[in-house]
Amino acid sequence: MMLNNSNGQVIKVGIAQMDVVKLPNTIRTSGLGSCVGVILYDESKKIAGLIHVMLPDSSLGRQESINVAKFADTSVAAMIDLLKLEGVQKFKLKAKIAGGAQMFQFTSDKDSMRIGPRNVEAVKFELKRHGIPLVAEDTGGNSGRTIEFSPATSTLHIRTVNQGVSEI
Amino acid sequence: MIFNQKITSLHLDVLKEIGNIGAAHAATALSNLLGKKIDMRVPKVEMVSFNDMMELAGGSENVVVGIYLRIEGDAEGSMFFILPIEQANRFIRRLIYDESFDFKKQPVSELGLSAMQEMGNILSGSYLSALSDFTNLKIYPTVPGLSVDMFGAIISIGLIELSHISDNVIVINTSIFEDGAEDQETVKGHFFLLPDPDSFDAIFKALGVS
Repeated sequence: MMLNNSNGQVIKVGIAQMDVVKLPNTIRTSGLGSCVGVILYDESKKIAGLIHVMLPDSSLGRQESINVAKFADTSVAAMIDLLKLEGVQKFKLKAKIAGGAQMFQFTSDKDSMRIGPRNVEAVKFELKRHGIPLVAEDTGGNSGRTIEFSPATSTLHIRTVNQGVSEI
Repeated sequence: MIFNQKITSLHLDVLKEIGNIGAAHAATALSNLLGKKIDMRVPKVEMVSFNDMMELAGGSENVVVGIYLRIEGDAEGSMFFILPIEQANRFIRRLIYDESFDFKKQPVSELGLSAMQEMGNILSGSYLSALSDFTNLKIYPTVPGLSVDMFGAIISIGLIELSHISDNVIVINTSIFEDGAEDQETVKGHFFLLPDPDSFDAIFKALGVS
């Protein structure tokens, strides 16, 4: 565990999933590679949501019923709705994001090889579209990341294998 | 599209046989490379959720040595060779005659990395050429990439193609272990073959199961 929240629990979010966190808990997702972890938070209400985005665009999907948490374009809107249910107003929301690495260097022109940067671009586009300011980011590179967000302090802790823990 | 409904036990047996033949050749190649006996388990073919996939090699945060390549041609997909750090260290130390080699020691020695890369080349090459001989499918591996990182971060690249159409993955999982290792029960390495959804038809057809 990265954060020392003695009386809270850590809410774990899997790949292509999302969830909401309130005090005194923290929220975490692990092993982000090309995926992007998106935190939407309300500083005053101390409520936050975490999305583990896997793909940029749901129109690329070929499923009849889609998992909204999987795509950048559907998950941000869905998370805003979830947070509204908790009484959060959209204009109070801020964002922090991490991930979007390129784990393997290939000279392939296949689009899936550039999925990390494309996910980051798509998430930023969505945040802009919804008027949510992006306060901090740790994106790109070629390392996996595990992230944990504390709504108490609005800090995002990021752990990588070689660079240890940082905060944004 | 066979992806969700039409998989029968015959289909699973065919996929198991692919894992069996591929991994047996790869294990033999590894054994020759190291001058050591390498054993393998009966392959497992499973349809798992993305999150269960993470548990197949110790959880998404577990740090592993991963070799990844794409398969292109008549059948497409992703292939991974995953080793726990300690096991990869043992293999590479043996290969380059350097007992101090350690993937956890930064910066990792170039010689060790290049030996690991080459081991990945040889093993995936033997796996895939066996697969190609068996099915008569023309398949071409890309040059393998190497990463020492969290398992989740490594394996997720192989889920990208699939994730356009599904939240589950069919994985052909073959485990290998070093003969005479202290702890025989612990799996020491994995080959994961993740055919792209559209390639299952080609594989089954090639083997006369449709």
